[in-house]
Amino acid sequence: MTEATGRRLNMIEAINEALHVMMERDPDVVVFGEDVGYFGGVFRATAGLQKAFGKHRVFDTPINECGIIGAAVGMGAYGLRPVPEIQFADYIYPGLDQLISEAARLRYRSAGEFIAPITVRSPFGGGIFGGQTHSQSPEALFTHVAGLKTVIPCTPYDAKGLLISAIEDDDPVIFFEPKRIYNGPFSGYYDKPVEPWARHEGSEVPEGYYTVPLGKARIVQEGEAMSVIAYGTMIHVAQAVCREKGIDAEIIDLRTLVPLDIETVEKSVKKTGKCLIIHEATRTGGFGGELSALVQERCFYHLEAPIERVTGFDTPYPHSLEWAYFPGPVRIGEAVDRLMKA
Amino acid sequence: MAQGPDPASGARGNLPPLSLHVPEPNFRPGDPVDYSFLDIPPAGALPRPDETCPAVETAPLCSGMVRVLGDDHLATGPWDPKLDPETLRRMLRAMALTRAFDDRMYRGQRQGKTSFYMKCTGEEATSIASTFAIAADDMVFPSYRQQGVLIARGYPLVEMINQIYSNKADKLKGRQLPIMYSCRDYNFFTISGNLATQYPQAVGWAMASAIKGDSRIATAWVGEGSSAEGDFHAAMTFAAVYNAPCVLNVVNNQWAISSFSGFAGAERSTFANRAVGYGIAGIRVDGNDALAVYAATRWAANRARANGGPTLIEHFTYRAEGHSTSDDPGAYRSAHEREEWPLGDPIMRLKRHLIALGEWSVEQHQAMDAELVDLVKAATKEAEKNGILGHGLHHPFHTMFEDVYKELPWHLEEQAEQAIRERQIKWPEWKPE
Repeated sequence: MTEATGRRLNMIEAINEALHVMMERDPDVVVFGEDVGYFGGVFRATAGLQKAFGKHRVFDTPINECGIIGAAVGMGAYGLRPVPEIQFADYIYPGLDQLISEAARLRYRSAGEFIAPITVRSPFGGGIFGGQTHSQSPEALFTHVAGLKTVIPCTPYDAKGLLISAIEDDDPVIFFEPKRIYNGPFSGYYDKPVEPWARHEGSEVPEGYYTVPLGKARIVQEGEAMSVIAYGTMIHVAQAVCREKGIDAEIIDLRTLVPLDIETVEKSVKKTGKCLIIHEATRTGGFGGELSALVQERCFYHLEAPIERVTGFDTPYPHSLEWAYFPGPVRIGEAVDRLMKA
Repeated sequence: MAQGPDPASGARGNLPPLSLHVPEPNFRPGDPVDYSFLDIPPAGALPRPDETCPAVETAPLCSGMVRVLGDDHLATGPWDPKLDPETLRRMLRAMALTRAFDDRMYRGQRQGKTSFYMKCTGEEATSIASTFAIAADDMVFPSYRQQGVLIARGYPLVEMINQIYSNKADKLKGRQLPIMYSCRDYNFFTISGNLATQYPQAVGWAMASAIKGDSRIATAWVGEGSSAEGDFHAAMTFAAVYNAPCVLNVVNNQWAISSFSGFAGAERSTFANRAVGYGIAGIRVDGNDALAVYAATRWAANRARANGGPTLIEHFTYRAEGHSTSDDPGAYRSAHEREEWPLGDPIMRLKRHLIALGEWSVEQHQAMDAELVDLVKAATKEAEKNGILGHGLHHPFHTMFEDVYKELPWHLEEQAEQAIRERQIKWPEWKPE
C-alpha cells in the first residue's frame, strides 16, 4: 500500500487518473472507443484526455466493436499499447472473434513474434436500471479463453493501480469496471440512500504512478466463520450482509480472475472450513462454478459444509425487476445462514 | 407489378409467392465452359488517374479491369509500369519458384510428410507482383494463400518447410497448421486461419503508423469469399474514417472452397465496387497480369504514402487448384474452367512478355524451372533433417504451455506437469526434453 494522502477519488476519477498517468509515462499508449474523445466517454472515464494528449492518441471510433478490437490488435503489433473502451460490456460481443481468436492467441501462434498488449476497458454489471443490454456480467466468457487476463476492481484505489498494471502488461487484459460502484460503494440495499466513495477507505488514491499487481487477491477483512470469495460490486454487498448479521467472515476480493490467486483462496478456506462464492453474473457456467471446483479439489477435507454459490439468475437482466435479479442481501443472507447452521 | 396487400381489408390481391434466390455457378462438374459472358476490356483501355485524385475518380476502375499485357504479349496503356527487364525476370523467377515450391509441398502432403497444404497455383502474380511494388518494411497482413509474399521477400524456403512439417526447427514450435507462417523479420504478420480477422488489424497497424508519423504502410489480403465477413466491413469503415495508409487486397479467385463468388455477392457487383460505397479508392485488376498488379499496387502504395488514404484492389483471377489438400474441386466445379479461363496463366503471360521483349527465351525458362526444382528439393531435404510431422522430432513438451501468457501461470504449470506425467506413463523410458 502506497502511503495514503487523504485524497479521495471516486472510481471514475481513479480510472481517469490511471489513464492520464500512463499516457504521460508512455507515448505508445493510445485510448479510443465510442464517444471517448472530445466528449470524454459516456461515463466520463476519458474526460480531458483528448485535450491533454491530442486527438492522435485519444479519439472517437465508429460504432464497430470488431473494428475497435481488430484495430487495437494491429496497433499492438505495430508497437503501440492500445487501451480501447467498449462502451458497455454488453456491446463487446461483436469484438469477440478479435479477442478470442486473435488477441488471446497472437503470442502463442507466432511463438512470441507478435503480442497483443491491449487493455480493453468496459463498464459491466447491473444495478443502474440499464435493462438487458446495459447490465450484463460476461466475465466467464473471457476467463474461459486461454491467453486472456480478466481483471475487476472494487475500489478506486484498486481501479487505478490495477488499470496501470493492466496497461503495462504485455498480455491482453479484459478490464471490467463495475459501473454500479463508479460513484459509491453499493451495499446492495437499493432502497437506502447512496453512499459516496468519500467515506470508504478504498477511495484514498495516491497521486501519480503506483501499481496493484495482477493475479494477487486482497483480503478485505480477516475472519474465522467462513470464506467469502467475490469481486467487484459483490464485495461491498457481502461486507454489508456480514456486518449486519454480525458474521466474522473472511472476505476475499479476487481482483484478477485469470490469473487467479488460488493460494489466498486455498489458505482461507482451509482456515475457515466454509466457502461462499458470490457473483452477479448468471449462474450456469459462471466463474463461480470454476471457483467451486477449485475449492473442492484443493480443500475438500477441510470443508465443514457444502460450498455455497450465490449468483444472478439464469435469465437476461430484467429492467423493472432488476432488484429481483440482483444477488442482494436476502439471497446472500440465506446462504450465510445455511453455512452458519452447518 | 403485383398489387396489394390492401391496407384496409388485408386482402393479399394478386401477389405471387415470394421466391428465394440461391446463387448457382455457371458450370458444374462435366459442364462445358464458356466464359464469353465475362466482360474483359482490352489491355490499356482504362485511364490512370493521378495517385492523389479524389476517390470518386477511381469509380470506373472498380467496375472495369486494369490490364497492361495485351494479346501481343506487350505492355500497353497508361498503367504500364515500365519495369526494367531485370526486375521482370526476378518477378518471373519468384512466381516460378512459388509454383515449384507448391508442387513439392503438395506432393509432400500426399506422401504423409505433413497434414495439410494450400497451393496458390494460378494466383502467383497477385502476391508476388504486389510485393515487388511495396517496400520491404511495409507490413503485410496475409491470408493463407500469400506464400508468394514470403518467396518474393527472400524468406528461406527451409524455414517455410520446417513450419509446414511442424518439426523441431519450426520457429512456431509446431503450434500452427501448416502454411500459417509468421515472419516478423520479413514484416509478414502471423496468419490466423480465422477469416478476414487480419483486415481490421492491418488498418489498425496503418493507423498506428500514421499516429507515429512513420512512412510505412500496411497491406492486407482476403479472398472474395471472406470479404463477406463482418471484419472486412469493419476494416473498410475504419480505413475510410481515418484515411488509413493501407492497401486492401481482395483476391477474387472465383471459389471459396466449393462456394462460387456469387455467395459473396459477385452476381450483383464487382468486389472493387465495395470501395465506392465507402468513399475510398478502388481498382479492379487483371490478377493474372503481373504488370497490372504491380502498377495498381504501386499506385495505391504511393497514394497511401502521400496521405491519400486506403485503396481496395480486387485481383480478378482463378484458383487453378483445390482450396487445399482437403478438397477435390472435381466434386463441385467443371474441370474445363481452368483450361478456358480467359485471362490465362500468370507465369506463362509474363514469360511470353519477356520473350516478346527479346529478354528471355524458352530455353532459359526451361533451365530456370529445372534449377528451381533442384532448389526446392535441396531445401526439402535440408528441412527433413529436422523431422516431418508426427515422427517424434517436435519441440519439447513444455513448449506447449509457453507463450499462452508472457509468464507461465500456476494452472498452466500444473497442466504441463500433467502432460509430462502422462507421457512418462505411456513411455516409461522417455525423459522430458
